[in-house]
Amino acid sequence: MFATLREKSWLNSPSATASGGFNSEISRKTVALRFFLAVISVLFSLFIVTFLARSQFPDFQALAGQAWQPFTNPQQLWVNTGILLAASVAIQFASSSAKNNRLLAANIAIALCGLFTLAFIGAQILVWQHLIDLGYFVASNPANSYFYLFTAIHGLHLVGGIFVLLRLGLRSTAQTQNSLIISTSLCANYWHYLLLVWVLLFALLTSTPDTYKTLAALCGF
Amino acid sequence: MEHVAIADQVEELHNPSSFISKYVWSQDHKVIAIQYGITAILVGLVALVLSGLMRLQLGFPESFDFIDPSSYLQFVTMHGMIMVIYLLTALLLGGFGNYLIPLMIGARDMVFPYLNMLSYWTYLLAVIVLLASFFVPGGPTGAGWTLYPPQAILDGTPGYDMGIVLMLLSLAIFIVAFTMGGLNYVTTILQARTKGMTLMRMPLSIWGIFVATILGLLAFPALLVSAIMMLFDKLLSTSFFMPAIVSMGEQLDYTGGSPILFQHLFWFFGHPEVYIVALPAFGMVSDVLAVHARKNIFGYRMMVWAIVAIGAMSFVVWAHHMYVSGMHPAFGFFFATTTLIIAVPTAIKVYNWVLTLWRGNIHLTTPMLFAIGFIFTFTHGGLTGLFLGNVVIDLPLSDTYFVVAHFHMVMGVSPILVLFAALYHWYPLITGKMFNATLGKLHFWCTFLGTYAIYLPMHYLGFLGVPRRYYAMGTTDFIPESAQTLNASITVAAILVGLAQLIFIANVIWSIFKGEKSGPNPWHATSLEWQAEQIPPAHGNWGEKLPEVHRWAYDFSVPGARDDYIPQNMSNDDVPLEPGQTLQIREEH
Repeated sequence: MFATLREKSWLNSPSATASGGFNSEISRKTVALRFFLAVISVLFSLFIVTFLARSQFPDFQALAGQAWQPFTNPQQLWVNTGILLAASVAIQFASSSAKNNRLLAANIAIALCGLFTLAFIGAQILVWQHLIDLGYFVASNPANSYFYLFTAIHGLHLVGGIFVLLRLGLRSTAQTQNSLIISTSLCANYWHYLLLVWVLLFALLTSTPDTYKTLAALCGF
Repeated sequence: MEHVAIADQVEELHNPSSFISKYVWSQDHKVIAIQYGITAILVGLVALVLSGLMRLQLGFPESFDFIDPSSYLQFVTMHGMIMVIYLLTALLLGGFGNYLIPLMIGARDMVFPYLNMLSYWTYLLAVIVLLASFFVPGGPTGAGWTLYPPQAILDGTPGYDMGIVLMLLSLAIFIVAFTMGGLNYVTTILQARTKGMTLMRMPLSIWGIFVATILGLLAFPALLVSAIMMLFDKLLSTSFFMPAIVSMGEQLDYTGGSPILFQHLFWFFGHPEVYIVALPAFGMVSDVLAVHARKNIFGYRMMVWAIVAIGAMSFVVWAHHMYVSGMHPAFGFFFATTTLIIAVPTAIKVYNWVLTLWRGNIHLTTPMLFAIGFIFTFTHGGLTGLFLGNVVIDLPLSDTYFVVAHFHMVMGVSPILVLFAALYHWYPLITGKMFNATLGKLHFWCTFLGTYAIYLPMHYLGFLGVPRRYYAMGTTDFIPESAQTLNASITVAAILVGLAQLIFIANVIWSIFKGEKSGPNPWHATSLEWQAEQIPPAHGNWGEKLPEVHRWAYDFSVPGARDDYIPQNMSNDDVPLEPGQTLQIREEH
């Protein structure tokens, strides 16, 4: 990058004329997805920073740590993580099937990924229902608010992904193999990324007040 | 591997045939740019009228029955938000970004034309939702453009019910629209440049737009986060930002939230936003200055580095907007220091603009007048920024008219002057016609002198301690009566400047129909957009073949060449020379 920025472009050197100056091997969709993932990373990072700051206020009651709190034993969330992991595995399988030109297998895997993702969203809604039954409403404590907020925002990203997946599945027969390979592998990256985000959120939301205190101290709050 | 420009790959071709697909649901970047431009200018006119109403109240208090304290605050809020987001950001990036990127880098269109179209229509939806707040019970929000909680969503603030909800919703929609457009701009610049167009051969307009778009992509999420969390606080009664509070004599259900947290989020977006607006303006003004001074931009590499450095640093200065909110002294020291440091690359840019003019062959055309005007207003606004960046000076000046004068000079008037420079400069490209130069110059002098008549006195009002955002001063001992006289004169100037914009609108519309044909390259510019086969460029921008780039964008007045400009797509062998001369490319610039 520094070499690029030092280029004396007014010298009109023939070497610069030879190439377009960019890597045409990388597909434009890959570049766009990288930037998009950067945008999402900033979004979640900022949410997490506000979470850590807010967690140091006296009225914040973490959802884990004491035996009576709902996520001290987050069994249901482990199940949900498993479902999302299955979706991630399915889309990875779709990607490798597309590379080997097994169209049917790829389509089935795409459909499975969609179903697992829907199942994950449904299961997250069941967790909401469970929390509401226990009396952990969205406004009753900031920790609860953040749980609903994080899962909703994460879920919305998955819903967006499902639309892309739907379009991909419907058009998979009409596409060239090359573009199918790129699309499925980009979808796979997106799903793995959202799985990673979920694992981070899972760890964050089920941590104890002491962990929050340490993290917040590290952030300087 | 053979070089196939991405814009030339078959799958991206879209061939509009009907009127609707050509001009309404268009995927052509030029049509989308014009749609963005017209929408932004129209909504900007609404904001201009709002500022006129504010000025009427301030200049002649108790004269207008239809302006009460609530509506005054609503005008303030909507004026600020519309101008910053819906006019400047949308016009600079959605309008000029869309129009110039593919043309200046030699592409046929954006790499994702459909997404680009979606971006415009989503932006339009955001504008409609925003304007709808004028018609809901309680009217639009009057919380100030910063929308600080807790007051923004509490009873007693105008529009605390529907108005603020629509505002936050509209911002969220705008951010979605911007993200769609922004992903398009950066990907196009990185992946769709034509053969020979290296990054360091791109015109500075593209550099400015490129870095500003990255800033937008990384900064707007902060606004989205704060908008979503505030919507939760408003609609679901959560306490992210809302502290335990008594409102209208009643203890509310909120507990322990942090309003300061919102301020940090807001300004983490808000300060980069200044540069999201400024960087494209810096880029475009550089190109206008070079073309109309017939001279290469002084210190091209330094200009690029400065754009990148300013972009990076804009993320670590945000808390200088919050000195009076209370913070650790070390924090204040840190942010004051970074604020002063960011002035260094900015000052380098100003020096380079001036040095570009030095010994140039200056043509005082309308775009050039606006560009030179920008150097003045930006320097003035920038210098007052150095004052306000220091904690000890900021504290007494905070929330006075000094601040209003500062930010209007630096990010109101300055980008607007560049926008006019750019609109006049690229008008022949967009329409194929020349505007009326006399009207253009009249527009310039009214606007330039008028804005000084408005904002220079405001600095003095600030020194006197006249607070901003006040509907009326009432009986305030420390403010002399002369302040009111000054306020009245500012109002007269503001109304005149507002009316002067009608000259511009009339000129634009009249020239489309009656203007002279501009011919292919009326300014004798070097950059690619002027080298298209047709002016205005046809769908697909270029003929059979994409242009091939052989040089940077600033080969003006090269010794030995017959003409005082060498287009970017002309190879050394093709350059017409003076008899008996050779082309002398200088080693250093």
